[in-house]
Amino acid sequence: MEFITLFGPPKKKEPTVFEKIKEAVGKTKENFTEQLEELLQGRKEIDAGMLAEIEAIMIGADIGVNTTTEILASIRAQVSRQTLSDPTQLKNAIKEELRRILKVNYAPPRQVEEGNPFVLVMVGVNGVGKTTTIGKLANRFRKDGKSVMLCAADTFRAAATEQLEIWATRSDVPIVKQKAGADPSAVLFDALQSAKARKIDYVIVDTAGRLHTKNNLMAELEKMTRIAKREVPGAPHEVLLVMDATTGQNGLTQAKEFTKTAGVTGLVLTKLDGTAKGGVVTAIARDLKIPIRFVGVGEKMDDLIEFSADDFVDSLFAA
Amino acid sequence: MFETLSDKLQKVFKNLRGESRLSELHIEEALKEIRIALLEADVNFKVVKQFTDTVKAKALGQEVFESLSPGQQVVKIVRDELVEMLGGSNVKINFTSQPPTVLMLVGLQGSGKTTSSGKLSKWMQKNGHRPMLVSVDVYRPAAREQLRVIAKEIGVKIYEGGPDDKPLRLCQDALREARNTGHDVLIIDTAGRLHIDESLMQELREIKDTVKPHEILFVADAMLGQDAVKSAQQFHGQLGFNGFILTKMDGDARGGAALSIKHVTGQPVKFVGTGEKYDALELFHPDRLVSRIIGMGDILSLIEKAEEAIDQKAAMDSLEKIRTDGFTLEDFRDQLRQVRKLGSLESILSLLPSIGPFKDLQKAKVDEKEITRIEAIINSMTPKERRNDKIINGSRRKRIARGSGTSVQEVNQLLKQYAQTRQMMKNMKNTMFGGRKLPKGMKLPQMPF
Ligand SMILES: Nc1nc2c(ncn2[C@@H]2O[C@H](COP(=O)(O)OP(=O)(O)O)[C@@H](O)[C@H]2O)c(=O)[nH]1
Ligand SMILES: Nc1nc2c(ncn2[C@@H]2O[C@H](COP(=O)(O)OP(=O)(O)O)[C@@H](O)[C@H]2O)c(=O)[nH]1
Ligand SMILES: [Mg+2]
Ligand SMILES: [Mg+2]
Repeated sequence: MEFITLFGPPKKKEPTVFEKIKEAVGKTKENFTEQLEELLQGRKEIDAGMLAEIEAIMIGADIGVNTTTEILASIRAQVSRQTLSDPTQLKNAIKEELRRILKVNYAPPRQVEEGNPFVLVMVGVNGVGKTTTIGKLANRFRKDGKSVMLCAADTFRAAATEQLEIWATRSDVPIVKQKAGADPSAVLFDALQSAKARKIDYVIVDTAGRLHTKNNLMAELEKMTRIAKREVPGAPHEVLLVMDATTGQNGLTQAKEFTKTAGVTGLVLTKLDGTAKGGVVTAIARDLKIPIRFVGVGEKMDDLIEFSADDFVDSLFAA
Repeated sequence: MFETLSDKLQKVFKNLRGESRLSELHIEEALKEIRIALLEADVNFKVVKQFTDTVKAKALGQEVFESLSPGQQVVKIVRDELVEMLGGSNVKINFTSQPPTVLMLVGLQGSGKTTSSGKLSKWMQKNGHRPMLVSVDVYRPAAREQLRVIAKEIGVKIYEGGPDDKPLRLCQDALREARNTGHDVLIIDTAGRLHIDESLMQELREIKDTVKPHEILFVADAMLGQDAVKSAQQFHGQLGFNGFILTKMDGDARGGAALSIKHVTGQPVKFVGTGEKYDALELFHPDRLVSRIIGMGDILSLIEKAEEAIDQKAAMDSLEKIRTDGFTLEDFRDQLRQVRKLGSLESILSLLPSIGPFKDLQKAKVDEKEITRIEAIINSMTPKERRNDKIINGSRRKRIARGSGTSVQEVNQLLKQYAQTRQMMKNMKNTMFGGRKLPKGMKLPQMPF
């Protein structure tokens, strides 16, 4: 079987995060500007006030106190060593620090054994966009000519299965489901059996939203990954933690806990079409070295783009 | 766990003893810590700035109280100031004298509007109202189905409308239906939307202008970060909401966004969502959120919760039993059931402060399954055994294990726990309360963990 490149280069030119956000922000009367640009205009020297303003932008983007302080300390050191003095260089220096943190090297998804599906599990707290992202990913894989199956393992939330079914219909992919309240692991088991029998390329597993503080629900997730592994060698090949861009500092704890129990391999940052910047992923990338894979920029099927550290850093400083 | 703000402030001021006034230098130092704590709790940085300025003005030159250390004193100023900021009048729902009272829930995508609509309807019903629900979320896949399932589960009337009805039409029809069928409350669940989405915001304005809801509630996720001010400001600016619901407070987010929202809109938190179940809705208590934001735990919530759920009489009975040392395995089981009634054990433990005597308790991961198992074991005993554990010998243990689907070791362990609890309660009776009446609701130290 061929090596499935889940995150290979996009086939066609996609709009960048920057453009998408520009489009979204364009809906308002506000102008889309670079806060940094404005801030630095006409200034001759890097001074304390300037750094304080930059700090405010970074904190305001949810980058967090620790990461912000660390980056600014490095900048201050460069300023005092006089390797950095020109305000026009300042912008690049800061962006460079951020890019360095965000460009987490990640191992590509494991090769899938002959006759087995690639198993992708979506996890995250409540209401972040797991189901919607699955709909978007299914569409994406279908467009790449792959066969996809959805697994409705959120048997808890009211009408969660119906929601996923609508997404399945939209991309014309099969869905495996059971009745509300069923054991999620049982649904997963069914889906994996069925996918193997039908030689499906990708199984995308929807899970119920859960707060990382709920031990029993986290244990359930752990059990699901165990089942996946038992039924398909090497599965789950990908565990994506979905995070809402409006999330504050709690995002870091979420990432830690979900990684511990579910072995998160990547992040999806949703709702970047709003005004929230999603800066907490910087802290996550820095502390946990989890790569960000995709960005959600709307509620429609095509509103999913691959993460680019460069665009993301630009968007952090956009007003 | 993280060091709490109070711990940090104690450190800042540890050299100050003996001085009679809070000095500027010390206050600056303290403010730095306060600032970081608030930012880490997701309070918006602009709000933090204003807040620390106020605290500074209040703290400067204050005399150092005899009874408080300077650190405690600053904590107190911070605390009081935060409570003041979060508090406010008008936290009740505005009911109209000419029913139906119309409530509309609005907010960003996924914040918890639909779930909260269900919870509110249940709450209303419990309080003697006849609520009706209507979903006008015609966008999100299966959103209306979701509310229908919830309504059915709760046993509340829902106006379903036609599959192609537009939001405004749905509201109008539901209102008429509510009026005609004697429902005194109509709760409108709207689609999630971004505050910058002009056309969808316009849709809400139209509903507001036509239906004239008595109460518009903004539903905000407790995990919100710095952007909370923007969305809240815009929703408020365009719709003028009367309050907000803070959801997902059963997690460990500090909930500082609530402070930002209150600060920029002036509207109070009216309810707090504490779980996915439909009774997980609580009234808001500013002091508790403040303790949580600055990391002092939420002991008050805990006590009140205990008060609500624990049958007072049972509590007194069991106190009597401790006095007479007649605490049997049956009582032990009753206690477990009481604990269960309190809701998820984890949610209770998470309310405890991460400091002081509860430090380790919080770390102890309590498995709900464990309670089920303990119950099963006790259920498999004969009434005689439950009243007198001394007769439970080896063969009885084997029988009990078989009957409850557990192992003899597990039965042994339970009996040990029971013995320890009984001992603990005996000690407590002697030391803590010294024969005085047990404070209301204070029954938790008797938990067998
Ligand atoms: N604006 C916007 N909304 C999104 C995005 N992703 C998901 N949503 C919305 O967020 C809400 C919750 O999404 P859902 O997929 O049900 O979340 P889940 O509970 O994690 O499965 C829905 O209203 C979605 O339409 C996004 O990228 N942008
Ligand atoms: N843990 C927890 N989950 C909640 C709470 N309120 C809502 N949710 C969950 O958050 C998710 C989104 O809720 P929903 O009502 O669909 O949000 P809506 O898109 O605003 O209508 C669902 O998974 C709910 O079960 C709460 O107070 N605590
Ligand atoms: Mg879902
Ligand atoms: Mg909804």
